[in-house]
Amino acid sequence: MAVSTRAATAGGTVVAAEIIGRVPATRRRDWSGAIAHAILIASVVMLAFPLYYAFVISTQTLDEVTSLPPKLVPSTHMLQNYADAWTRAKMGRLLLNSAIVALAVAIGKIAISLLSAFAIVYFNFRGKQLVFWMIFITLMLPVPVRIVSTYQVISVLGWVDTYWGLTVPLMASATGTFLFRQYYQTIPDSLAEAAQLDGAGPLRFLWSFLLPLSKANIAALFVILFVYGWNDYLWPLIVTNSPEMRTAVIGIDSLIPRTSQLPEWNVAMAAAMMVLLPPVVVIVVMQRWFVKGLIETEK
Amino acid sequence: MKRTVFPNRWLPYALVAPQLAVTIAFFFWPAFDSLRLSLYRASPFGDRLIFIGLGNFERLLADPAYFRSVATSFVFSALVTVLGLAVALLLAALANAKIRGLAIYRTLLLWPYGIAPAIAGVIWLFVFHPSFGVLPYVLSFVTAYQFNWFLKGWVALVLIVVAAIWKQFGYNLAFYLAGLQAIPGSVLEAASVDGAGPIRRFFAITFPLLSPVTFFLFTLNMTFSFFETFGLVHAVTQGGPGDATSILVFRAWKDGFEGLQLGYSAAQSVLLMLLVVALTAAQFRFAEKKVTY
Repeated sequence: MAVSTRAATAGGTVVAAEIIGRVPATRRRDWSGAIAHAILIASVVMLAFPLYYAFVISTQTLDEVTSLPPKLVPSTHMLQNYADAWTRAKMGRLLLNSAIVALAVAIGKIAISLLSAFAIVYFNFRGKQLVFWMIFITLMLPVPVRIVSTYQVISVLGWVDTYWGLTVPLMASATGTFLFRQYYQTIPDSLAEAAQLDGAGPLRFLWSFLLPLSKANIAALFVILFVYGWNDYLWPLIVTNSPEMRTAVIGIDSLIPRTSQLPEWNVAMAAAMMVLLPPVVVIVVMQRWFVKGLIETEK
Repeated sequence: MKRTVFPNRWLPYALVAPQLAVTIAFFFWPAFDSLRLSLYRASPFGDRLIFIGLGNFERLLADPAYFRSVATSFVFSALVTVLGLAVALLLAALANAKIRGLAIYRTLLLWPYGIAPAIAGVIWLFVFHPSFGVLPYVLSFVTAYQFNWFLKGWVALVLIVVAAIWKQFGYNLAFYLAGLQAIPGSVLEAASVDGAGPIRRFFAITFPLLSPVTFFLFTLNMTFSFFETFGLVHAVTQGGPGDATSILVFRAWKDGFEGLQLGYSAAQSVLLMLLVVALTAAQFRFAEKKVTY
């Protein structure tokens, strides 16, 4: 989230160049490559095991789930469990809510930060310093440290249990503004001069020049914010109270078997698989921008 | 600063307006309101607020349960951050070679970041499940000790630490691997020729050169473990057993939204804000002194 410095950025940027894919061909030792592969494969398998285990459970019958020794191979009940989870937790609605929240937070925050960063870099206006500091001080304090009062603001606005209440407060942070401001400052002045000579107004310049140039930054921010919006737990828990407005990460809570209930872990795991899939897919598909975003939003 | 600017009197205000509105409504107002609320408590019927000065803070600082939460938070964050980074660095250092197919490994390492802490917790909850989980089953062949996190606080803490590390571990490792690839092989070879063994080379050269990466990952992991693990605690342990896993954000939520002690919760928010400011300041100082570029 917010707290960090130049040093982190410097570290990140070095890594960014590397991780995005230029690997210098320097070291070469016969055995070290084999060791490296062995370690990496072991790490990858260890990381994948819990997910595999959860998937396996989600395909088993109740008897198989509760039998010892645990069975570690997929079984026959997959469709049944996923269908059960879907109807019992009203999964369609939950996933729709999560998608709305994740997309609204990502798109909304990108839009407002593009505009404010544009104003801060390309205009001189009275109170600019004040505006600048008001926006950037938000980098200091993440949402969880002011939950009660933020909730009260939402209830004054009448936004409890609405999509407005779920999304707009999560946009109140300057990470995006900071990112775009940094980027705009690297764009040569000559571009704006040329645009002005051609008679392009500021909004035209923003739309036809800055926006296309900012594509990579927009994509990077999108991945980070989508995952953040989809996975956020504390805020939707506080601001929603009807089941119809719950997001998926909190909505499946009712399927998790507690001590006194039938241990239907197969259904719970089916639900968990459905909830975790979208953000994981976004990260895997948009990996390059994910790494860029991870580094740059941490400034 | 740009020298080329657009001359326009009102447009810049219109452009910053949405961001300013959101910031004032959901940042400044709540932050100041937390300060104000922390000086009040609700009346017995909950219909009005009674000013009690620093009463909430006095009560907090006299409450051993609050200090247990402070300790739990720091132990939890330290374990997630230090353990997670140390193991990742160790494995990355051992795997430091010219690696084919690094892009594939990277994909296979980064995906767990996308899993919500709460979902990661639910998966590990089952792995640790005293009756059906694979882990207690395996451990039952080694020891008769009952690793039941429903009953034993330290097992519950281990459970959430493991779930949190699992989510973070892959990208810690990916970043360290990338950082190591950026260290010129010639430096290490020169040290090797001078007679420095692998351990000496690691502490004298590799570790200092990796300090920017370590600093970056340290910040990310600390922020994550302090502020983004609420869902993990809420979905898995509910702060228990007892209050063994009541981290600070969880306690502030519980006192405010379950106990309905708004002033008491706001006072906790204020202390959390002070903590963040202090950590940020410490981080700046540390960054200036220790980090090698």
